[in-house]
Amino acid sequence: MCTYNTEWAQIRGSSGKGRDGWMPLTTATVYFDHPVHAPADHTLNIDFANPDAGPSARIAVELTADAARELVAAIERALGNVPAELLTQ
Amino acid sequence: MDQAITAQSISITGADGDDVEAYFAAPQSDTRRGGVIVIHHLPGYDRWSKEVVRRFAVDGYNTICVNLYSRQAPGAEPDDAAAVARSQGGVPDAQVIGDMAGAASYLRGLDTSNGKVAVMGHCSGGRQAVLTGCNTDVDAIVDCYGGFVIGNPPPDIPYKATSLEDQLSKLSAPVLGLFGKDDAAPSPDQVATLDRLLTEYGVEHEFTSYEGAGHAFFAVDRPAYRVEAALDGYARIGRFFTEKIG
Repeated sequence: MCTYNTEWAQIRGSSGKGRDGWMPLTTATVYFDHPVHAPADHTLNIDFANPDAGPSARIAVELTADAARELVAAIERALGNVPAELLTQ
Repeated sequence: MDQAITAQSISITGADGDDVEAYFAAPQSDTRRGGVIVIHHLPGYDRWSKEVVRRFAVDGYNTICVNLYSRQAPGAEPDDAAAVARSQGGVPDAQVIGDMAGAASYLRGLDTSNGKVAVMGHCSGGRQAVLTGCNTDVDAIVDCYGGFVIGNPPPDIPYKATSLEDQLSKLSAPVLGLFGKDDAAPSPDQVATLDRLLTEYGVEHEFTSYEGAGHAFFAVDRPAYRVEAALDGYARIGRFFTEKIG
């Protein structure tokens, strides 16, 4: 089935490197549905995007569910391992 | 049968008179034949959708696939365009109906047209094929595991599609339905409901639900591909098209 589910995160202030080099990113679209490339029926997909810069201003990743959970845990560990004052800059 | 075809990108007039991109393939012979509209799936106007277009051209039909995301992401790569469309909850039904009417008009206007047009689609395109049949003059409809023909998406997701249950009585063309018994959207219960409603409305239809197959069993580039179901499905579509638009 197509899940059609979609979540969004505002990520203004962030940057990413796409096909045309570095660019500011403003939105992350997160959904668990069919991938374009990953060899699975469904994956956790994230489109890091800057919609104001057009459809190709996008960095896409397709993660297995396990990989997505590993990533979330790694992000939390990385954030938790630094002094709190660094996180408010 | 001469299997030489020509395939090209074209522009047609779609909803609201807009120029929209389409992929068109047709036999090179000048014999009269039916037309087929292939509606791409939610992942967009991608390589596989164009392969399906060429397949039906080889089988002898003027075949077209409209880029439903032309407006949302003109000129973008198909996966980028699909990402934009997804972030916007898909495309409005009225736009799809207008674009499909434009595609049908284009096919019927060809010198090689016999005047008959079928519409088919997979996944979201399966629903949109039924939607087209409810609102546009077509001669045959193929629904390959279209979700939300019956039933609405959960309220907490942004996908704009809604059930077509209240439109089904407008169907006049015959429907071929191909489904997987392991699919959840459409579920076997939803397929059974659609079967019952089409019977009630007197709509000619033939449904097949495959054991051991789920959603997207025609998709050769995905693990969901099921060779037995896909081969039998294509055989059924072939017979259906020969009878209805051949």
